Amino acid sequence: MSLDDHSTDAVLSVRDLTVSFATRQGVVRAVDGLSFDVGAKEVLGIVGESGSGKSVAMYSMLGLVRDANVSISGSVLFEGREILGLSDADMQSVRGGEVGMIFQDPMTALTPVYTVGWQIVEQLRAHNEMTKKAAYERAAELLAEVGIPDPKSRINHYPHEFSGGMRQRVVIAMALSCNPKLLIADEPTTALDVTTQAQILDLMGRLQATHGSSIVIITHDMGVIAEIAHRVVVMYAGRPAEIGPEIDVVRSARHPYTWGLLGAVPRADVKTRRLVTIPGNAVSPLEVPPGCAFAPRCQYRMDICEQRPPLRGAHDHLDACWLSDEQRLAIRSTATVRGES
Amino acid sequence: MLRFTIKRLASAVLVMFTISVLVFLIFFATPGVNPAARIAGRSASPQVLANVAKEFGLNRPLPIRYGLMMYHLFIKQDLSSYVNIGDRIIPQITAAAPITLSLIFGAVVIWLLVGVSAGVIAAKNKGKFIDPLVMFFGIAAISIPVYWLGQMVLLVTQGGLHRTIFAWAPNGGYVSLTQSPWQWALHLLFPWLTLASLYAGIYARVLRGELINNMNEDYIRTARAKGLSERRILYRHALRCSMISIVSLFGLDVGVLVGGAALLTEVVFGLPGVGFLTYQGLQNLDLPLIMGCVMYGAFFVVLASAVVDVLYAYIDPRIRVVA
Repeated sequence: MSLDDHSTDAVLSVRDLTVSFATRQGVVRAVDGLSFDVGAKEVLGIVGESGSGKSVAMYSMLGLVRDANVSISGSVLFEGREILGLSDADMQSVRGGEVGMIFQDPMTALTPVYTVGWQIVEQLRAHNEMTKKAAYERAAELLAEVGIPDPKSRINHYPHEFSGGMRQRVVIAMALSCNPKLLIADEPTTALDVTTQAQILDLMGRLQATHGSSIVIITHDMGVIAEIAHRVVVMYAGRPAEIGPEIDVVRSARHPYTWGLLGAVPRADVKTRRLVTIPGNAVSPLEVPPGCAFAPRCQYRMDICEQRPPLRGAHDHLDACWLSDEQRLAIRSTATVRGES
Repeated sequence: MLRFTIKRLASAVLVMFTISVLVFLIFFATPGVNPAARIAGRSASPQVLANVAKEFGLNRPLPIRYGLMMYHLFIKQDLSSYVNIGDRIIPQITAAAPITLSLIFGAVVIWLLVGVSAGVIAAKNKGKFIDPLVMFFGIAAISIPVYWLGQMVLLVTQGGLHRTIFAWAPNGGYVSLTQSPWQWALHLLFPWLTLASLYAGIYARVLRGELINNMNEDYIRTARAKGLSERRILYRHALRCSMISIVSLFGLDVGVLVGGAALLTEVVFGLPGVGFLTYQGLQNLDLPLIMGCVMYGAFFVVLASAVVDVLYAYIDPRIRVVA
């Protein structure tokens, strides 16, 4: 498998997406040659550290990066239609109508001065010909669907009258209100406590099954990936490090960075004195080396890492690393890498 | 919302009572000052002093004196000046109040229109040439003192140009609305513009800052993700949230102005409003008049801040939660 040509049956097909910002210190590439597909009803997880470009990638393709100094190149097909460079008006009907979005912090994601019902109705009426009354009824149905008790009265409540988890449910109801083909969830559980996280992930999984939307979930939490994703893109410094089915990436990761990420997940059954980390800091987008971006932090660094590794692999499990299969096998048999153990 | 309104108005009444007590104490119970001599004015005869002492019950206990004072001020409304013998205070204030209210009303309309639209235009064009231009005019309007601007306006409209393009401009004074609405507006036009310029500048700058802050909030990103138009995002979401600070500014400004702070504009343009009246009272050391004006001013400041709090709760639902 390769990611050179657009996939024809994908809901979202991204090829060579590059997002760069002109800054005083020079051009910063926040996203550098990202390619992936999201199939119908598929849940794709994009995982990476803060600053790895995962959010910027998704925001830029929907025209949500409104910076005068940004330049975006590549190709993004949504249902076969190129959406990069769409006019504002065309993009508005895509956003909210065909693509719903859920954000990280539900405490600030809703406008504080309007009732939640008003805000859902606003979106419904922006994309559908609907009477106010019908829209409010639909909004109450949506609130019921995301598990908000007593939706008929809660619809007239303001965001500050809801808890964080409940607000995230409201945001999800809003994102799903126009039956989007694709749902983009940017760290939807990061700001919530653990039990609420599980509820929200569970809810998203259920809604995905009933609505049939595809989901792109952006996260830095491998646990979330394991919970909900079908396929995974691991990003580092704006570049894809590894792409593959969730089970393959989690159970038999191929890229040293993915090993680091998986190794850093704390385990309840193993007592460790210190949490495992990846040595070094995430590379500054201003100082991405010309070769492999992860090389400065990689304990398996070789001379060839001075050159940028191509994204390659067998079947649908690709990675960008110069290690040979034999080397990886040898490394994976040691205790430092968590995988099939 | 109703409960909040009632609660807020009740507390306003309480504040008003407290102010009246404080004002009374300052004027009549300051140690070492003989209130009779103060009220009677400079070089009053013993006969007058005795009259004053009798009328204000100055030899009776403090609470009774307070009661008498309020009785004369508000119920009988016959509190009168000893400096300008026989001038009654309350009728003077009620005659001056419509002039001040007319002045403030027009200025408010102008400064809200100009200030809010200038703020929106500047915020919309952030980073372009027009934003610093608007903000420059804003800071200029704030920096120019009212008395200077008023004098300049008079100089231009009543000076050499009065024979040509400004022949229609009246030379100060006031014509009441009931007498002639057209002359009313004409006489107040330049006072309105003069008074409004300062506030328009302040509001434009505050609103621009608020809008730019609010446009960076997460909920604006949500609004974009919902597929709303930029126009709707700006007006229905960002502007609505920015109005919260504008309303709080507005309430204080209007309260203070109606209470007499438009003094400079009134004096420059010869408008006999409350500010002008206070100014006269201060010049003549006319104590009953000053006290009446202070009470009147305090009344409007308290009323305006109560109205603003109610408006505030309407705009920002988070405030409605009554403790």
